[in-house]
Amino acid sequence: MSSGDRIQSTFSRLKKEGRAGLVTFITAGDPDPKTSQQLMAQLPDAGSDIIELGMPFSDPMADGPAIQAANLRALASGASLMGTLDMVRRFRENNSTTPVILMGYFNPIYQYGPSRFVTDAVAAGVDGLIMVDLPPEEDEELCDPARTAGLHWVRLVTPTSNEGRLKQVLQNTSGFIYYVSIAGITGTRSAAASAIGEALATVRKHTQLPIAVGFGINTAEQVRETGEVADGAVVGSAIIREIENNLDASGCAKPELLDRVTGLVSDLAGGLRS
Amino acid sequence: MAPTNRNPEPLESYRSGPDEHGHFGLFGGRFVAETLMPLILDLETAYTEARQSPEFQHDFDYYAAHYTGRPSPLYFAKSLTESLGGAKIYFKRDELNHTGSHKINNTLGQILLAKRMGKSRIIAETGAGQHGVATATVCALFDLPCVVYMGATDIERQAPNVFRMKLLGAEIVPVTSGTGTLKDAMNDALRDWVANVADTFYIIGTVAGPHPYPAMVRDFQSIIGREAKEQMLAAEGRLPDTLVACIGGGSNAMGLFHPFLDDPVQIVGVEAGGFGLETDKHAASLTGGRPGVLHGNRTYLLQNEDGQINDAHSISAGLDYPGIGPEHAWLHDHGRVDYVSVTDSEALDAFQLCCRTEGIIPALEPAHALAHVAKIAPTMDKEQIIVMNLCGRGDKDIFTVADALGVEI
Repeated sequence: MSSGDRIQSTFSRLKKEGRAGLVTFITAGDPDPKTSQQLMAQLPDAGSDIIELGMPFSDPMADGPAIQAANLRALASGASLMGTLDMVRRFRENNSTTPVILMGYFNPIYQYGPSRFVTDAVAAGVDGLIMVDLPPEEDEELCDPARTAGLHWVRLVTPTSNEGRLKQVLQNTSGFIYYVSIAGITGTRSAAASAIGEALATVRKHTQLPIAVGFGINTAEQVRETGEVADGAVVGSAIIREIENNLDASGCAKPELLDRVTGLVSDLAGGLRS
Repeated sequence: MAPTNRNPEPLESYRSGPDEHGHFGLFGGRFVAETLMPLILDLETAYTEARQSPEFQHDFDYYAAHYTGRPSPLYFAKSLTESLGGAKIYFKRDELNHTGSHKINNTLGQILLAKRMGKSRIIAETGAGQHGVATATVCALFDLPCVVYMGATDIERQAPNVFRMKLLGAEIVPVTSGTGTLKDAMNDALRDWVANVADTFYIIGTVAGPHPYPAMVRDFQSIIGREAKEQMLAAEGRLPDTLVACIGGGSNAMGLFHPFLDDPVQIVGVEAGGFGLETDKHAASLTGGRPGVLHGNRTYLLQNEDGQINDAHSISAGLDYPGIGPEHAWLHDHGRVDYVSVTDSEALDAFQLCCRTEGIIPALEPAHALAHVAKIAPTMDKEQIIVMNLCGRGDKDIFTVADALGVEI
């Protein structure tokens, strides 16, 4: 199955099921490579429709305290971009349907080499990329080679994107749109569902692509509300905080970590499956 | 691994950058989150208009003259020249500016722009606290609330500047995220900006960050080089042979260098070598780093193989940054400016030399430039001329220096 199909077939399936999808974010290698790999493998059964996998970076400028800490934990336990790709490769040994989107910052990919990266990402089974610090103005850096290689380029649309900007942002976007519900960083404030609904109406005037909404979605109730106006709800910091809550004093995963985190994901997914 | 496009071919002009996308060749650009893009584009438009506005220029000149105290003198350091026994050494004395460094040139320019854009809240990052003080100062002057992000470690090391900022009415936010250093202070300032896009203006302190900051900060700081050129022609009837300035992000250096880039003048930037380039404790991004993307621009960065940013080290908190302005990166690759490094201990020696020979206590930042001057002056002819940017005074550093010299005060 080609990488492009997984996202499309997931959203078609969700449409048939008459519900929005749950997009779950974890940071690759957090809190350690083994736990992170096991958690990723269990996410689909727990109710995750799409997995967003964070590529660890020392300076995650768009992220709040929870995900910053996750990045540092992953790096301290030896995470690297090569390790992230390896994690996807292993995940694909047992899962050929759940879309995997890599999210992160450009510098590690720039050091890896963008063309080598897109080749290796496709080979590993990655479906798309979300790059925080590559606006349309810098598309030739990675967006163009990634799309040529068959990866989806999922762009962030924000409350500051006016209609003129929206057209530029939507150009070269594929797979789905990630609507950032607040002007801010991850894991902080939450937007009102009504405000999101209004904003999405504007975005939908310009695109047929599915829209997932993220930033500030923490509870099953918020997931349910978001699912009423959007095609997907992204939860990141709440999952990361659950990981953090299940570390022992030395920062190692407690035995119950996987159950607790997948339990939270099932709970969140419940908001979309009435 | 990322390419280094080192290109020795000479250009017709080295003063033409950046291009319309904010690139200096491979370097610069706008690598920011989408939330910030509309603001960055607005800022660029507003700055382009302001540059062409006689009223804006008039205000900038007025405050530079009557508030900062410009022009700063170009001073012939006779005793130092005699003691080193070579080229004539001139100091461009930006340490005499109000607030004690060149940083005020830039904060004045940016706050005038913020007012023009109708912004009602100012944020800034600071390492040693000089840029923070300069920002808090202009915020007090123009009655705007000011929030300064500062690494928790730096807050401890720079207590006098922290108190100064508080006296000026600024709120200091200790940054404990990441490693709690200047780069993390900049991350947190960017996070604040993303969350407060409607009313907030981010005053970046150096010639780095997303376009248009590197060009804008350079333009505000270029007053240093324009004055120096005029003053040198008046004093000696010719241009200097060599310019020397220290570089952290590189704003004082770019301010001095830029007006001379197309003149037959040798130009040297001095990076902080910390414990030495052979160790991993230094802040020499050009000589010890390679191109990467951080804080909105592509430039030389201290980083590991995986693209994770390394911590910088320098005895001078103002040079303690793992990156450098993108225009410096470009000038480096074109070979127009020579970049060298000076260690902590060489800078300490130069610091003391300046105190004793000239009766001037320099900041540890320009002490790095002076250490290089002390190396090259004796090898030059007596008719040759060096201009060094004495970009800050050393009052803030006396505790650090005492500590390094093993003196209790």
